[in-house]
Amino acid sequence: MDMHNLIHMANQIGSFFEAMPEQDEALIGIASHLQHFWEPRMRSQLLEYVDAQNGKDIDPLVLSAIRAHRNMLVSQKQA
Amino acid sequence: MKGSEVVRMVPDKNGQANEGHSCVKGRFAWGYATHKDRILKPMIRGKITDPWKEVSWDEALDYAAAEFRRIQKKYGRDSIGGIVSSRCTNEEGYLVQKLVRTAFGNNNVDTCARVCHSPTGYGLKQTLGESAGTQTFKSVEHSDVIMVIGANPTDAHPVFASRMKKRLLNGAKLIVIDPRHIDLVRSPHVRADFHLPLKPGTNVAMLSSIAHVIVTEGLLATDFIAQRCEDKAFQQWRDFVALPENSPEAMQEITGVPAELVRGAARLYATGGNAAIYYGLGVTEHAQGSTAVMGIANLAMATGNIGREGVGVNPLRGQNNVQGSCDIGSFPHELPGYRHVSDSTTRHLFEQAWGVEIQPEPGLRIPNMFDAALDGSFMGMYCQGEDIVQSDPNTQHVTAALSAMECIVVQDIFMNETAMYAHVFLPGSSFLEKDGTFTNAERRISRVRKVMPPKAVYADWEVTVLLAQRMGYTMDYAHPSEIMDEIARLTPTFHGVSYEKLDQLGSIQWPCNDEAPLGTPTMHIDHFVRGKGKFIITKYVATDEKVTRKFPLILTTGRILSQYNVGAQTRRTENVQWHQQDILEIHPHDAEERGIRDGGWVGIHSRSGETVLRAKVSERMQPGVVYTTFHFPESGANVITTENSDWATNCPEYKVTAVQVMPVLESSDWQKKYTRFSKVQDDLLKNAGEGTGNKTPDIKIKAVAKSIA
Repeated sequence: MDMHNLIHMANQIGSFFEAMPEQDEALIGIASHLQHFWEPRMRSQLLEYVDAQNGKDIDPLVLSAIRAHRNMLVSQKQA
Repeated sequence: MKGSEVVRMVPDKNGQANEGHSCVKGRFAWGYATHKDRILKPMIRGKITDPWKEVSWDEALDYAAAEFRRIQKKYGRDSIGGIVSSRCTNEEGYLVQKLVRTAFGNNNVDTCARVCHSPTGYGLKQTLGESAGTQTFKSVEHSDVIMVIGANPTDAHPVFASRMKKRLLNGAKLIVIDPRHIDLVRSPHVRADFHLPLKPGTNVAMLSSIAHVIVTEGLLATDFIAQRCEDKAFQQWRDFVALPENSPEAMQEITGVPAELVRGAARLYATGGNAAIYYGLGVTEHAQGSTAVMGIANLAMATGNIGREGVGVNPLRGQNNVQGSCDIGSFPHELPGYRHVSDSTTRHLFEQAWGVEIQPEPGLRIPNMFDAALDGSFMGMYCQGEDIVQSDPNTQHVTAALSAMECIVVQDIFMNETAMYAHVFLPGSSFLEKDGTFTNAERRISRVRKVMPPKAVYADWEVTVLLAQRMGYTMDYAHPSEIMDEIARLTPTFHGVSYEKLDQLGSIQWPCNDEAPLGTPTMHIDHFVRGKGKFIITKYVATDEKVTRKFPLILTTGRILSQYNVGAQTRRTENVQWHQQDILEIHPHDAEERGIRDGGWVGIHSRSGETVLRAKVSERMQPGVVYTTFHFPESGANVITTENSDWATNCPEYKVTAVQVMPVLESSDWQKKYTRFSKVQDDLLKNAGEGTGNKTPDIKIKAVAKSIA
C-alpha cells in the first residue's frame, strides 16, 4: 500500500495523542489505535518501513510508540 | 396500495419516529421503485469493456462465487471483501458481514457509514461508552437551548427540523455553529440567538474555546462531574482547555469568529437550562472528525447536559439506516453490538453460532480497500446497495482502484456508477419489496414491510444467502425475522428485540434486554455505558488541506432538501424538478473578483481534479468558502474532494477542499471522459446479450444441509 499515505495516517494518529499529558499514555494510545484499527498488512508494511528506513518522516512520538510497543503491532499470523 | 401497486405514500400518524410527518423525499420520491431503469436480470461479463450478458440467477451466483474463490486462491484469503449499505435493512447488513466473516473468512467488511458517521461511533464510544446518540427526537420538546453544529436540518433532516422549529417558536434558544448562513440562522419565524460562522476545518478549535469559557468562568456542573465522570481524566481536560491558547480570543484568528460571540454562546449553552447538541456531517467529515465528536461529548458532560430528556448528544445521520448498519457489525474491526474482533469471548460466541473460526484482527476499511487494490493485494468486492464511485472522495482514485480489481459484484436496483466497473450485476430490491428493519438516529428499530413481490425475484437478503451457499457456507433462514432473532441472541443490546415485540410496541429503541424490556429512549441516565464518563483532551490540529495562492478557496459539500444522497433514487422521480443539477454557491465578493456571474459556468480545480458547474452567487456563503452538492454523477463533486481523512476512522474530509474557481466555457476533461465512458457503458448495457435468461434457480432459501467449506 502507498507508504506515503500510511506514514501520513500514522502521523495524524500521533497528532491526536501528542496532547496526552503523560507520554506513556500517548505511546500506548498510538500503538493500541494501530493495533485495533489497522489491518495487519498495513501494520506489517509500517513495521518493515521503520526497520528499512529507520522511521524516516515518521513523527518521533509515533516512532517511539512503534518501537516501544512493537509486539502489539506484529500480525498475529506472524507472531 | 392497489393490489401490489403503490398509489400513494402517506406517513403513519402513529409513527413513533416522525409522528405523522414526512419530508418531500419520503412523501413523493418513491416512484423509483418501479422506474424503467430498474435492472431486473442478473448479468455477468469478463471485463468491463465487454458487453453485459444476461444470465440466470444460478449462473450469475455461480460465476461470482467461482471468481471470489479463484481470487482467494491466487492472491490469498484476505484479497476480497464486502460493503454493507446504510440504505439496506439491518438484516441484510448483518448477512453481508456474516458472509464476509464466514464464507470469505476475513474481516474485510465495511459500510458507507465509513464516509459519514464513523467518527461518531469512535468518539462517543471513547467518551460515553456507546456508539450512538443519547436521546429520542421527541426529547427536543424539553430543550431550552439547542446547539446545532455542522448540520443543516431544514434541508437534510426536514422532519426533525420541523420539530426543532416548533420548540424554537415556543421559546427555546438557538446556537448555530456553521460556516454557512443556513436557513436556521435566519428564516421566517426562526432566528438563531448566536450564529458562529467558523471557517471550515476549525470545529475542534471552536469546541475547545467554548469549553475554555465554561471552565474559566466557573460554569461547570461540578456535582455531575464528580459523581459521573473519571476524575483524573476530567482534571487533565480541565487544565488543558483552561490554557490561554484555547481561549476564544486566542482561537479567533483560527476560527474567524469574534471571541465575544463564542463567549456568549458558551454561557448560553452552559446556563440556559436543558441544552441539547445536534450535529451532522459538518462535524464528522473532517481530518479531526472524531476529535470534534469527543469535544461535543466533553461539553455535554462538563455542563451535566446528558442523561435526561431535553439534553444530550445527537448525531443527525447521513442515511436511513446508518445507525443500524453500524450496530450489526459492518465495521471491519467490530462484531455486532460494537464488540471488537479481538475480544475472544465475543468472537467465540459468534464462532459457536456460525460454525467457523473468525479472524481476531481488523479488516480493511473502504479507503484501505482502494489502496490495497492499487497495490494488487485486494482484488474482489461484493458491494450491496452502495455507490462508492459517486459517493466516495477522489473519484479518479476510486475508479483506478476498481479498475485494478478482478471481480466486482454489485447488487443494486439500478446500473449505478459503481456498477459500470462491475463484472457481476445482481438485481436488488427496493424497501417496498422486502421485510426487515431500519434503525434511525434515535436507536429506534422500526419494521420495513413487504408490500409488493421483489421485481427481480429475490429480496436482497435472499441473494446474500444464495451467494453464501454458492461459496460453501449455508445460511439457514426462512424469513428476515429469523435473522433478527439471531442478532438478538448474539447481541446483548438487542436481546429483547423480535419482530413480535416490534409489532406489539410499534418500534423499539435499543438497548432492549432484560434490564430494559421496552427499550431505552434516553441513554446514560444514572451512569454511562462505560461506567464513568471520560473527558478526552481535544487539541486542535490544522488540516493538511491548506489554502494557497493556487487554491485560495475552501470547498465544502453537502445536500439539498429534494434529493437523497447520490440521487440514484430521487433523480428518478419528479423531485428532480426542484433540483435539476448540482450548482456551486459562491459569495458575491469572490464571484466579482473572478468575473463570475450568477448562472455562469465555472471550473472548480483542486489538488485531486477539476469539474465544471453552474455558479450561484449567494450571501449564504462567507467569503473564501464555496459549496456544492453531490446528487448528480456528471457534476463530479467528488472528483475534486481529496483523500484526506479523519485520523481515527478514515472518514473523508469532504468539508475541506482547497480549490480555485474560475469562469470557463466548456466542461472539464474529467467530465468529457465521464461522458464518453458512460456512453460506452450505456451501450454495453443496451446490447446486453441474452444468456440463459431470468429463470429462477432451483434452490430453496431454507437449505437443509449446514455444510461449511
